[in-house]
Amino acid sequence: MTAETKSAEITKIQELIYELKIEQIMTREVVTVAPENTIAELKTILKTRRISGTPVLQDGKLVGIVSIEDLIGALEVGEKDALVRDRMTRNVQTIYADESVVQAVNKLTQYGFGRLPVVDRQGRLVGILTRGDIVRGLLKQMEVEYHEEEIHRYRASHIFEDIVSDQTGLVLRYRVKAKDFTHGGEASSKVKRALERLGAQPPLVRRVAIATYEAETNLIIHADNGGEIIVEIMPEQIRVIALDNGPGIPDIEQALQPGFSTAPDWIRELGFGAGMGLNNIQACADKMNLSSKVGVGTRLEILFHLK
Amino acid sequence: MTLKEIAHRLSLQIRAGETELGREVTGGYASDLLSCVMARARRGNIWVTLQAHPNIVAVAVLLELAGIIITEGVEPEPATLQRAQVEHIPILTTVRTTFTVVSELAQLGVKGVD
Repeated sequence: MTAETKSAEITKIQELIYELKIEQIMTREVVTVAPENTIAELKTILKTRRISGTPVLQDGKLVGIVSIEDLIGALEVGEKDALVRDRMTRNVQTIYADESVVQAVNKLTQYGFGRLPVVDRQGRLVGILTRGDIVRGLLKQMEVEYHEEEIHRYRASHIFEDIVSDQTGLVLRYRVKAKDFTHGGEASSKVKRALERLGAQPPLVRRVAIATYEAETNLIIHADNGGEIIVEIMPEQIRVIALDNGPGIPDIEQALQPGFSTAPDWIRELGFGAGMGLNNIQACADKMNLSSKVGVGTRLEILFHLK
Repeated sequence: MTLKEIAHRLSLQIRAGETELGREVTGGYASDLLSCVMARARRGNIWVTLQAHPNIVAVAVLLELAGIIITEGVEPEPATLQRAQVEHIPILTTVRTTFTVVSELAQLGVKGVD
């Protein structure tokens, strides 16, 4: 594993340890012992249950915790008949079930413990959390998230087969605000993701994404009140329509000349308005129709054939 | 060549997307005009530019670029870094000029799209 992939996974895990709650990953069936159990009994329990420590309960109340280290310590001095109460740790660090996993990670690291009893807000023991539980919980969650995305993709890619009509289509609508460069590209990014989920081929996704981005950018730069992007996805074609209600283009032929731009300097300084947007759209599309009326608005239609 | 190696060899500052530095760079493109980038840059390319506003991230996402190098000490806007982090787009910065960066990339074997 290279350092880079390792750091990528660590970040995903960092995200998860904040999201996941302890109750989602803890072990609920807790093996416990009583203070009156002997060290020999403790040894049998740890051995048969294959665990390395257990909380000590008295009348249902958590009074201590005892680990394999305590057991070894007792056996070393030949005290197998000693009682758990004399060997256990009394000052027990616990964690709440509704806390994030990150709290447990911090506590385990801080104290060097192998396990933490989990209690509810009333102080009742509801589970136990070991380092192993954390690793298993994280791996399971990562698998679940991966699987969910797979299901999304599968469902989306079968939509046209699952739904039968004479003409099935999917319509996506996006509002685009005037002069809002900060959110520019969001509509096209969403269109891109939708097409990926629908199982479209990468070269087609790229063409639609570029054309939609340019259409979206034109609405941001030029349309007085912003506009709308409508994407119609059908089995045989994709149609992207950009609509606005002004100011309108006085000379469409001129607008289509590469490098022709009416964008003000401040917009050009941002790298927009180079007069290439419509040409980029034409290069990506199978067909482009542009109609406009000054004072009324502009309609740009971009077609992509799928078959 | 990975982004990480490039960042190291060119002493670039890593400002966002540090988890994605293992990406293999397929080539390079340099321009400050977004439509030129949209038209010419290829998937997996590194993009060298002076632009630092959030829209560069959208461009990189749509084209699936490997990352963006912002030159001449231009400070990326906070919104740019934030969006880059969310979209997993590495943003690298340097005080050197676009020309210098591109020539160094070329020496490392990163080629243009043409």
